[in-house]
Amino acid sequence: MNIPFTEVDGLPKLKVSLLTGRTIDQGKGKECGKLSKEYLESVVICQMDPNDMKFLGVKENTNVKVITDFGSVVLKAVKSARAPHPKVIFIPYGPWASLIMNPKTHGTGMPSLKGIPAEIEPAPNEKVLSLQNLLNQFHRK
Amino acid sequence: MDIAIKDGKIVEKVNAKKAEVINASGMIVMPGGVDIHCHIAGAEVNSGRLLRPEDHVKDVEAKTALTRSGVGYSIPSTFTTGYRYSRMGYTTVMNPSMPPLEARHTHEELDDTPMVDKATYPLLGDWWFVLEHLRDGLIEECAAHVAWMMSATKGYAIKIVNPGGLEAWGFGRNVQNLDDPVPYFNITPREILRGLCKVNKLLNLPHTIHVHTNNLGKPGNYITALETMKCVEDLAEGKRPVIHITHCQFCAFKGSDWRTMSSGAEEIAKYVNHHDHVTLDMGQVIFTDTTTMTADGPFQYGLYNLTGNKWVNHDVETETSSGIVPFRYRRKSAVHATQWSIGLELALLIKDPWKIYMTTDHPNGGPFTAYPNIIAWLMSQVARKKTMSKISKRARRKSLLPSIDRELSFYEIAIVTRAGQAKALNLTQKGHLGIGADADVAIYNVNPEQVDPSKKYKTVRRALRRAAYTIKSGEIVVKDGQIVNPVFGKTFWVDVKTSLPTEVNEDLKRKFREYWTVEYENYPIPDNFLHVPAPIPVRAEV
Amino acid sequence: MTAVTVVTGVTCPVCGTFCDDIELVVKDNVITDVRNACAIGAAKFLNYSTHRNLKPLVRKNGELVEASMDEAVGRAAKILADATYPILYGWSNTSCEAIRVGLELAEEVGGAIDNTSTVCHGPSILSVQDVGIASCTLGQLRHRADLIFYWASNPWSSHPRHIERYTMFSEGRFQKSAWRGYLSRLRGIISRKRLQRAANLVLRRDIFATPEIERRLPYSMFQKKRKMVVVDVRKTRTAEAADYFLQVEPNKDYELLQAFRMLIKDEELDVDEVAGVPVEILEEVADVMVGCELGVFFFGVGLTMSEGKLRNVDAALSLTRDLNQRTKFLIMPMRGHFNVTGADVVFTWQTGYPYAIDFSHGYPRYNPGETSVIDILCRDEADAGLIVASDPVAHFPRMAAQNLVKNPLIAIDPEVTPTTLMADVVFPSAFVGIEAEGTAYRMDHVPLPLKKIVEPPKTCLPDEEILQRILHKVRKLRRNQN
Repeated sequence: MNIPFTEVDGLPKLKVSLLTGRTIDQGKGKECGKLSKEYLESVVICQMDPNDMKFLGVKENTNVKVITDFGSVVLKAVKSARAPHPKVIFIPYGPWASLIMNPKTHGTGMPSLKGIPAEIEPAPNEKVLSLQNLLNQFHRK
Repeated sequence: MDIAIKDGKIVEKVNAKKAEVINASGMIVMPGGVDIHCHIAGAEVNSGRLLRPEDHVKDVEAKTALTRSGVGYSIPSTFTTGYRYSRMGYTTVMNPSMPPLEARHTHEELDDTPMVDKATYPLLGDWWFVLEHLRDGLIEECAAHVAWMMSATKGYAIKIVNPGGLEAWGFGRNVQNLDDPVPYFNITPREILRGLCKVNKLLNLPHTIHVHTNNLGKPGNYITALETMKCVEDLAEGKRPVIHITHCQFCAFKGSDWRTMSSGAEEIAKYVNHHDHVTLDMGQVIFTDTTTMTADGPFQYGLYNLTGNKWVNHDVETETSSGIVPFRYRRKSAVHATQWSIGLELALLIKDPWKIYMTTDHPNGGPFTAYPNIIAWLMSQVARKKTMSKISKRARRKSLLPSIDRELSFYEIAIVTRAGQAKALNLTQKGHLGIGADADVAIYNVNPEQVDPSKKYKTVRRALRRAAYTIKSGEIVVKDGQIVNPVFGKTFWVDVKTSLPTEVNEDLKRKFREYWTVEYENYPIPDNFLHVPAPIPVRAEV
Repeated sequence: MTAVTVVTGVTCPVCGTFCDDIELVVKDNVITDVRNACAIGAAKFLNYSTHRNLKPLVRKNGELVEASMDEAVGRAAKILADATYPILYGWSNTSCEAIRVGLELAEEVGGAIDNTSTVCHGPSILSVQDVGIASCTLGQLRHRADLIFYWASNPWSSHPRHIERYTMFSEGRFQKSAWRGYLSRLRGIISRKRLQRAANLVLRRDIFATPEIERRLPYSMFQKKRKMVVVDVRKTRTAEAADYFLQVEPNKDYELLQAFRMLIKDEELDVDEVAGVPVEILEEVADVMVGCELGVFFFGVGLTMSEGKLRNVDAALSLTRDLNQRTKFLIMPMRGHFNVTGADVVFTWQTGYPYAIDFSHGYPRYNPGETSVIDILCRDEADAGLIVASDPVAHFPRMAAQNLVKNPLIAIDPEVTPTTLMADVVFPSAFVGIEAEGTAYRMDHVPLPLKKIVEPPKTCLPDEEILQRILHKVRKLRRNQN
């Protein structure tokens, strides 16, 4: 990971390692229900190291796009309280994180949910998908 | 002679015209088998199952219209365990090691073990309340607490494993002999054994204390076994036993290291032949790949060091420990072959079959499905010779078997595989075919009047593997080694009535949070938890 | 007449910590107050009823509509009986009694059954099957542990009361709580942070620059008291409370664990640093490990999910085992769902295997990577699904979730979730541990009772009963088919 970021189409991108996992807010939100405001607000975020945010020119609570080999998703960027962790981003478990996880289990049954190579770029003009739109777009009945 | 069965019991006679008749002429009829010591349910056993998928994959049982699917080999899944016992004509099995904190787990698994009646023994030899009360000489308080524990865990007997050693293992240590004090508790294994023996008498429990000795598996440990038996000799009354030494083969080693290891069976047999206060079970070894699992944490760690095999350890707060290590017994290993010889020597040198019972300490010595093999060895010198010809030369030279020509008769086999065990357990309705007994019957297709087991041991072995009929509580459940009627047995437990139960409850309530990480009210198993409970009321003398 | 009762000794049906000292105040069949629980547990007891299904639902013409229980059972049973290879998934948020029925159902329909271990600590189980595991019940640690490691685990967020009930801030027979030490350290940290902020403002330093790594362990690590070390890729809340935080580079835990294995055997390392940590630090930590009375590694899914997966856990289990040559050391995975351990336990005693079980041949087969649910879904081999108390549509990688949804899907769940929104048959169930009783297993395999505190709505049955009805109907359908 020698080149910290590239510029494509005039937009800065940053190569990062993506972690997904639990947070207390996501845990509390889950108990209020998967359709509750508390839950949805707790999982559509992407926690970033403030230095990385500075490099990309991303302001807190504006949107970013996270891209992996398996898909892309638009989320709200928030400053991580756990910094410093340069080039590491964290997205809580939930329907949005699942869009970009690695399903390959390498013969173990376990998909890769942490340490996924990803790219992150500012997306101030893109909107975060609502849960209904997410389900409609990706899961057809 | 005819045996009449009605409403699950053996009765004097029934109306022959209305009854179902089984013609057992030319076959041998025995009470259903009783196994006094087999690890089939609970935390330790299940961890063993999880540890060994490679052991299961070679031995599967598909679902049928009547039976659930499952796997074997050395630690079968629960349904398979019940079916396999039943196919061999067994109807009562005792799970000998239950960590009290995880008693619920043991009972959930026993409830999923079909075909047989069962019970289980809580591990109490290193329970902090026992250690503290005995250290302070408070035998009666100790007894009252043990009574509470029997009820709380729905247990049947007091199980003691490496007394004192399991508490020492909490910090990675062990005890070396009966007088080695337990760190932090200022009590010796001798005091624990004597104290619990007295407690057992005060509580009038049906079985004696069931003891896995200190120094198990160590060359020279036959001395510990003798000392363990001696240390409660003075507590015996009359001819009733006061101690049961389990899987005695593992504590009958002479020698000072693995190179000089040999059999101490002769010395142990001599003692047992002259004393009536002891019963034993064999703990016979089979030459196979099996899994060792005991509550003896330090011993199991020692086995890991010896073999390098994968090792599971599980210490239980305040109470006990356990360990699991896969193990292969090889014919060509002098030590393993000597172990094989020791088990048989014990059974053949101890004259009274009511004192020594057949077990493998399943699965430690081998799976219970190998019982017919052991019976063949016990009944036939030829069978023993055949196996001996294939074992390590050094072991063959040292073995006492060539000088023993005793062969057990069918009648004696019935004692060591059912009647004796039932008597030791004081299960008065089991192990015999007298009027009033539970109608648990095993019929094997071998004619004792025509077949000489000494020569035709293979015929006997075959017959004992697949019962012609197994009858459980008066119903035919197995025919020609196949399950024809899946049933579930009952779980025995001892309901001890003491005179001051409230005091014990209050004492435990106050101290519970200090000792355990669960709440007092969540610990005891409620009466309605077991699917088919069979409490045995007992009046204690405290 | 309003009846107010206080129910004590309640077990909390949220995470693997499985606290059983919760007290609930109940008024008119509603829980009005929760005592002793953490934020997540309290949220559960007070809010569980907010977004729930109340009626069975069946999909007709693309829309989910209300249906009778019988109709829903009939539709679900037909889906399972007609399917060639259905998968039955979930199980970690329900009782052992329900899981037993689930296994019987999976065996009956010849499908595959899997629980959430498969996306959580499955690799840990695979490693245990290779190496074994030196473990214990949590009380053993409360009484005796003086060196506690949380490796790739952040209990402050995932298991909030773990530290106070079982480790650093708990009282044991042989070890005291480290609460006071932590408080004084906290005061020190706060005042140091204040000074640093002031200094940064004055000297205009970059406050988010990576700080210099301390090359010595703090003094508290050498004292004879309880000590906590956190190993993680980010400084989590738990790390802030620790005596020492070891920051490891992402995907490098394996190297770090193997380095420790060498160091505790008194071998020399040829390099200057491992996984971003200077070797001098590692040597000191190894000394502390070897010198403790009883140490423990708690490890989280950071090890199972990053590169190396089960091999990371393999290294951790081996390190623990090797440490037992020098002192007493134990290890325990931090299980997430409150009954995922129970699911593993029940699966194992009935089938011999803990998860990822296939019954299509009539007997249990186990081959994670082949018979695990993510792989079955990614290979698109399942043709129906039954989900119990779980939300794979929200949590599975997209491809697996898509292949699940496109086939007939049955969901048994008390709540409305993305999975129930996409299912073809939805059964509203009672919340186990609140509205239905049962048994569940703590992360250290201790079984505890789940209590029934309040009555569920009449239309919400316990999972066990719903599954029994489906099983009964499936058997009837199959008998008619034959």
